[in-house]
Amino acid sequence: MEWASWSDFWDMGGRGFFVWISYGVTAVAVLAEIVWLRRAASQSRSRLVRMQQWDSQEESNQ
Amino acid sequence: MGHFFWSVLLRDLTLAGRRRSDWLIAVFFFVMVSSLFPLGVGPEPELLKRIGPGVLWVAATLASLLSLSRLFEDDHRDGSLEQMVLSPASTVQLVLGKAAAHWLVYGIPLLLIAPVLGIQFNLPSDAIVVLVVSLLMGTPILSLLGAAGAALTLGLRGGVLLTLLILPLYIPALIFGAGAVDGVMAGTGAEAHLSLLGAFLLVSLLVAPWIAAASLRVSLE
Amino acid sequence: MNFYHYASPSTFYHLAGKVIPWAAWTAAILTVVGLYIGFFVAPTDFQQGEAYRIIFIHVPAAWMGMLIYLAMAFWGAIGLAFNARLPFLMMRALVPTGAMFTFVALWTGAAWGKPMWGAWWVWDARLTSTLILLFLYIGTVALWSAIDDVKRSDRAGALLTLIGVINVPIIYFSVIWWNTLHQGSTVSFTHAPKMATTMLQGMMIMTLAAWAYAIAVALVRVRRLILERERKTEWVNEILSEGS
Repeated sequence: MEWASWSDFWDMGGRGFFVWISYGVTAVAVLAEIVWLRRAASQSRSRLVRMQQWDSQEESNQ
Repeated sequence: MGHFFWSVLLRDLTLAGRRRSDWLIAVFFFVMVSSLFPLGVGPEPELLKRIGPGVLWVAATLASLLSLSRLFEDDHRDGSLEQMVLSPASTVQLVLGKAAAHWLVYGIPLLLIAPVLGIQFNLPSDAIVVLVVSLLMGTPILSLLGAAGAALTLGLRGGVLLTLLILPLYIPALIFGAGAVDGVMAGTGAEAHLSLLGAFLLVSLLVAPWIAAASLRVSLE
Repeated sequence: MNFYHYASPSTFYHLAGKVIPWAAWTAAILTVVGLYIGFFVAPTDFQQGEAYRIIFIHVPAAWMGMLIYLAMAFWGAIGLAFNARLPFLMMRALVPTGAMFTFVALWTGAAWGKPMWGAWWVWDARLTSTLILLFLYIGTVALWSAIDDVKRSDRAGALLTLIGVINVPIIYFSVIWWNTLHQGSTVSFTHAPKMATTMLQGMMIMTLAAWAYAIAVALVRVRRLILERERKTEWVNEILSEGS
């Protein structure tokens, strides 16, 4: 597939808007999922570590 | 059908008989929701005839769904549900009995009022016949799928959840049922639709009671 | 391979940890290759011009939405049959990705439909079925959130997905039926243009990329869920203490 120029590429034969909102929203959705994944993992991690510390404190208090 | 099925069915019918108002409310809901559509889209007879089958099918579905979340509720509250499930009696028969009672109390009355509503929507008489026949097959499907949904959502707050869960699963019945009436009006006939609806009823009969029974056990643990 | 060995959460946790980088890199590389083919190799379509290039996302997303729902039903069934905890976690780990792909399929379907047939939404059989699939995903999540007890929540979700999966072919068939009867528009995604080989290749590669991505993401999520559910065990305590 030969694109005459970059602007032709972005233009997508006049349908650039539709093509790029498709790819754009997909990219956003995927990135959002990955970001959410990492945040959830670190939040969960710190919460679990905290709970682990409470548990061990309780044990040493008994 | 086993002995337990009949005793559950008769018990539920007796209980429903004592609470006369419930099934009337479902019928009124059916009538009211149907009547909203002409108010919303305008009263032109041809338009109403066009949308009538779909509207009446959806309204009947919603009216029937109203009562489903309470299918197991009373028995759950007084502990008798747990007794019945734990007993050696078949939970599947329990579910079938309850679904059958629900259909008789909340489904059949809709069939009786549907012709009147059909006239309101300007449906010809052969279409009204097919409408009643299609609802006759569709309402038990709803009672069956609804029993599974009610079992899954047992004791949970919010009756809308049940509706949300069951409606997507019910879509084939809506398509075949309303489609049957459309087919008669268009002259292409209702047989194909009604056979498919019948097949869906059969599948529901084979699958829903077992899933509902399993769901009851899961919800009661 | 001893199946029950991998059913142990700690074994699975570590196995998943090894698989994730492979899956992630595979996804990334396949995506680059697929997009390259999609934009720089596949030719302009005779009928649809350049807008058809949306299929390199739309079709893989639609397939993955469907496939992930089937995988969820599979894991739910395994969990119910073997009374094991891990399969239910796999179910929960898959749901957000499945819903995301289904949403993307709908969005790209609309973006493709508008230039092709002039409307943002068309009640085509496949798009309508995808919409119903999204309802099923939402229903499962709603049911999970409504139930507090974890064990009941796991099993209820599995049963709902089972009844959903049995219903899906029926729903799909009924929607196709409905669509062919109401031949108002001549719109149909199923009547896609005959595709050049390169177009098919691009689509296949993007589908594989989406699949690898889904595996990577689901495994990351399931590892987190395993840590949360098994937090009282010694092996989890060790991992948390390491602070890694």
